[in-house]
Amino acid sequence: MTAATEEVLPELTFASSPHTRTRLDTGTVMRLVCVSLAPAALASVYIFGLRSLFVIVASVVTCVVTELLCNLVFRKDITVADGSAAVTGILFAFTLPPTTPLFMVVIGGFLAIFVVKQLFGGLGYNIFNPALAARAILLSSWPVALTTWVKPVKSFLAVDAVTSASPLGIIKEAARAGGAAVDVVTSASALGVVKEAAGAGGAADWTRNYLGLFLGTIPGSLGETCKVALLLGAVLLLVLKIIDWRLPFTYIGTVAILSIPLGRDPLAAVLSGGLILGAFFMATDPVTSPTTRAGKLVFGLGCGVLTALIRSFGGFPEGVCYSILFMNCLALLIDKYVRPRVFGARTVWSW
Amino acid sequence: MPLTAQLVVPLQQHIGAPTAPVVEAADEVRRGQLVGHSDVFVSADVHASASGRVLEIRSALHPVGADVLSVVIATDAEADAQVRFEERPVRLEEMEPVAIRQAVQEAGIVGLGGAAFPTHVKISPPRDTPIDTVLINGCECEPGLTADHRLMLERPADILLGLRAVLRAVGAERAFIGIEANKPDALAEMRRAVAAGARPQTGAAVAVVALRTKYPQGGEKLLIKAILNREVPAFGLPMAVGVVVHNVATCVAIAEKLRLGKPLYERVVTVTGTPVARPGNYLVRIGTSFRDLLEFSGCDFSRVGKVISGGPMMGVAQYSLEVPVVKGTAGIVVQAPAEVDVAAEQPCIRCGRCVDSCPVFLEPYALGKLAKAGRWAEVDRYHIMNCMECGCCAYVCPARIPLVQYIKLAKIKRPREK
Repeated sequence: MTAATEEVLPELTFASSPHTRTRLDTGTVMRLVCVSLAPAALASVYIFGLRSLFVIVASVVTCVVTELLCNLVFRKDITVADGSAAVTGILFAFTLPPTTPLFMVVIGGFLAIFVVKQLFGGLGYNIFNPALAARAILLSSWPVALTTWVKPVKSFLAVDAVTSASPLGIIKEAARAGGAAVDVVTSASALGVVKEAAGAGGAADWTRNYLGLFLGTIPGSLGETCKVALLLGAVLLLVLKIIDWRLPFTYIGTVAILSIPLGRDPLAAVLSGGLILGAFFMATDPVTSPTTRAGKLVFGLGCGVLTALIRSFGGFPEGVCYSILFMNCLALLIDKYVRPRVFGARTVWSW
Repeated sequence: MPLTAQLVVPLQQHIGAPTAPVVEAADEVRRGQLVGHSDVFVSADVHASASGRVLEIRSALHPVGADVLSVVIATDAEADAQVRFEERPVRLEEMEPVAIRQAVQEAGIVGLGGAAFPTHVKISPPRDTPIDTVLINGCECEPGLTADHRLMLERPADILLGLRAVLRAVGAERAFIGIEANKPDALAEMRRAVAAGARPQTGAAVAVVALRTKYPQGGEKLLIKAILNREVPAFGLPMAVGVVVHNVATCVAIAEKLRLGKPLYERVVTVTGTPVARPGNYLVRIGTSFRDLLEFSGCDFSRVGKVISGGPMMGVAQYSLEVPVVKGTAGIVVQAPAEVDVAAEQPCIRCGRCVDSCPVFLEPYALGKLAKAGRWAEVDRYHIMNCMECGCCAYVCPARIPLVQYIKLAKIKRPREK
């Protein structure tokens, strides 16, 4: 061809198709996740007072600063703007008791970003959910501080706290005692009394107080208690299709169904502990969960079975954190074996 | 659009063997005259789009990005105006299927949806492959293009004539015209035309069906699935499930050949985009340069950032405007610099949106990762050759990974089975 006659216009952009893209990029997704977590954050500050705010701020700042430092030290692109570190910060704070000493929060945030995320290659390459893995490390390091629950104060400005037992802790104690009377942290009421005196003044049984469980005016990790706020955020993510309904619904459904043969109240099982937070915001972490729809069903099922088993038979009252971490290990394996049936192909299995 | 001074007519505008020139430089040609021919079956003849003189036969840039031997014609408007194609009666029921195929082959007709596969090949099923159904694709192949939509409104009778010719050629008994539900006027118009039976009947049943508006509804295999719920086997042709699919524009081209004896030398092209002052559908001679067509449609060249041959999802970005409109050019999309997507690639967050969006159920993120790592030998495990490059995965990717580009590269790099 006579190249001279073919004028090449330098201003024309030359690129592969497609030539148009959705506006929903990673940064937007992460910012929307932050927005979806805002109601629960606000609720936690109201329920547990200013301590919640301190923990959340400390966690987010630590995570973002750690991400920035990692980028600089590793000489990589600055990825703070994609918002993933901030999301980890909020979620990590949500898993902590409101009274967690701030130095522990800072150590946890650092571990989440540096060890669990950046050492594995940064966004997209971590095997474990950074927030949950950091919580698991802290729980083994300072078991008392991480399982000291306080009574709700219901004031945005309160800083004092009275310790109490969490609903799942009460159930656990009841199971251990085989129905005999035991003390639950601060309350002198025997469980037999507790069970009968639900709603009666003074009794610290949160387990049958569905409204309390739903509104979050119960002891627990700071971001996990207010189910109504979490569900509000979850609806936003579901409507915007940032998360797929299959995973959280299978997860929660499995826990609810399994609670029946395990002798628990299904509604209380769903509303207690970190299940709603974990199912909608942690298990759905795209990086550490399977990519296919069928894989998400398997993942949710696995999380549900493990959570129900740990709650009933494990040493801890709550099993959401470890269940999700355990299933995180299997995410890539699920991706390898649970694959979509290719259009026009006869079988799912390709090798 | 009016005739331009010079046309560059590539001798290969189709999938298959290139044609060889049958004219020489300085020859006088007449509009519709054969200029390129091949004896290979999977090929399509090329005709002069205007009367004039052959300036030269040289290699020239083609919108797919390669250089192709082309016939450059200096047009002669006066001589061109003399050429008339006379209307003649069409008696399909008296035509042998082989005569229809031959007519289509002579006219150099290819699939006008964009793929440009020679039409006579598609209407020549092997003896052991019975065809029971013909589908007419009235789903615009890409968002933003409206050429097929306009044809359905303006040329319903020709579309039906072309369809009946195809029915007769392949010996099928029924046909469906699939139109997306967002074109109610086209649905109504085609239904009215079918009811009126405005053209010679062949006894076959024709129905117009409304389809969900989604991209890529116009993909051949997806159209078959949507209308007939038949799944074409991976790597198979629609013939394998007894179906042939043709675009509405192809039907019009067949009708024009049968009615007027007119070969395929012009087509309807959608020209659109914010820098284009008069976006619309233009009837354009094959060989007209993109620059001339854009000028005619009032494109502001100072605001051009990207020129795409085809649609926004699968089209090919051009680096020169001196490329000709070819038989497969369904549209030209012009983007202003601000609209050009230049977002940098970020790490995959494994969100699975690409998996959810893939119309043939592949795992594009995995293909992207393998391609990025140069693991070409493994891409077949992820069924890479089933990918039709529709672009959905890259469209939805929040990490802005150019998945289609990786897949195209991997298709080239993958080791071929011997």
